[in-house]
Amino acid sequence: MPVLREPGARYAPPRGSALGLRALVLIAVSVGLMVVDHRQHELTVIRGALSAAAYPLQVLVQSPFAAWQWLSASLATRNALLRDNAALKDENRENDLKLLRLEAIEQENLRLRALLNAEPRDVVERRLASVLRVDLDPLRQRVLIDRGSRDGVTRGQAVVDSHGIFGQTSNVGPMASEVILLSDPTHAVPVQIERNGLRTIAVGTGDPHKLALPYLPRNADVKVDDRLVSSGLGGVFPAGYPVGRVAEIKRDPSQPLATVSAETAASLDRDREVLLLWFHPRVALPAAEPPPPPAPVPDKPRGRSR
Amino acid sequence: MISVVRNPRVPLYVAALVALLASAVPLPHWLDLLRPDFLLLVVIWFAILVPRAGGLAFAWMAGLALDAFRGEILGQNALAFVAVAYLAHRFHLRVRMFPITHQSLVVFMLLFIYQLLLFSIDGFSGHPLTDWARWLPVLTGALIWPVLDGVLGRFAAPG
Repeated sequence: MPVLREPGARYAPPRGSALGLRALVLIAVSVGLMVVDHRQHELTVIRGALSAAAYPLQVLVQSPFAAWQWLSASLATRNALLRDNAALKDENRENDLKLLRLEAIEQENLRLRALLNAEPRDVVERRLASVLRVDLDPLRQRVLIDRGSRDGVTRGQAVVDSHGIFGQTSNVGPMASEVILLSDPTHAVPVQIERNGLRTIAVGTGDPHKLALPYLPRNADVKVDDRLVSSGLGGVFPAGYPVGRVAEIKRDPSQPLATVSAETAASLDRDREVLLLWFHPRVALPAAEPPPPPAPVPDKPRGRSR
Repeated sequence: MISVVRNPRVPLYVAALVALLASAVPLPHWLDLLRPDFLLLVVIWFAILVPRAGGLAFAWMAGLALDAFRGEILGQNALAFVAVAYLAHRFHLRVRMFPITHQSLVVFMLLFIYQLLLFSIDGFSGHPLTDWARWLPVLTGALIWPVLDGVLGRFAAPG
């Protein structure tokens, strides 16, 4: 053994002789880990175990805030509760009315889509998740939510709040998952301008209120206050959810592309409750299931009529 | 047992755990930007003052814990922590003799190297962060070093 450490030595420069070697080995292991984790995504098991181990600590970090919230909720005065209750009842009544109309419209929409032979809208299931009060990295737009693979969450799943699209899950642990927000500079959503159906891509800017639409030509038909909704292309987000509103357009004659920025619909920096979406198209995609050959169809009625 | 043997690793783990939690306590955004890298400061402190307890393996594990905690690519903080701990270890006998202001300067350099390493790893992995604010923790970390040194010296001094 080349290690020069005597058991009885009073002071040996700690692991001195092998220090450089040890550092090199550990750095090599780290590089290997990074490559495997980043390029192959093959460390799901290790990652899951590590994030399961981290979860209690993350809960511990936010526990004072949770305790404070619980305390202030349980010490709320009767009057405040009554006031809240009345306000919520009002809101509920209004929402009920809206819902009635919405259901009628949805039925109508289904019928019209059937008439047009258009694909029906996606089936969406949702589940509430709360955002943990844990700071990850101030310069990256990520949050942690308290649902993980135990609740059926998968990587790349859409997350929305009550106003619009919030982000998508990036790392999923057993009990918690990380959500990359719409506004992260590495995130992009396929969107559509609601007014005219023009499709483009909204990219995050790092500012939680702002998105950029960098791929619109200078002469594109886009106006300030146009609403942006998800187009459903790409398969991560279901179609038709609000993404934002066009806030500013700059058309520079010397540039082929317009500089367009939008405000996010969801309140990305304030939300405590978000919804996870599971959606699947109502009909199979044509690529997955080739349409049956049309030949036998006319045969049957003929046979029956004879 | 007649005398309780004092394990130098207990304060090490306690300090590392507290630092890990402190790195995630929710703060207002502007304060969050200024938040020093507590865990790395603890690693540096032990590498300089109690090098027998806080070895490179400890630095590596602390970095990996931070990666897992923040959900970043596994190994990036581990690598940077090991590199910084190696430098701190290499020069610990010299740095120990420095007055505290000089130590702060050394820590400044170490934290700068750490951010530089992370910056280049970010570049390789394809999401570089070019915001100048990423360098703020280097400054705040160096400024908070005397305080940290006082606290840890009282709490975890080798005895």
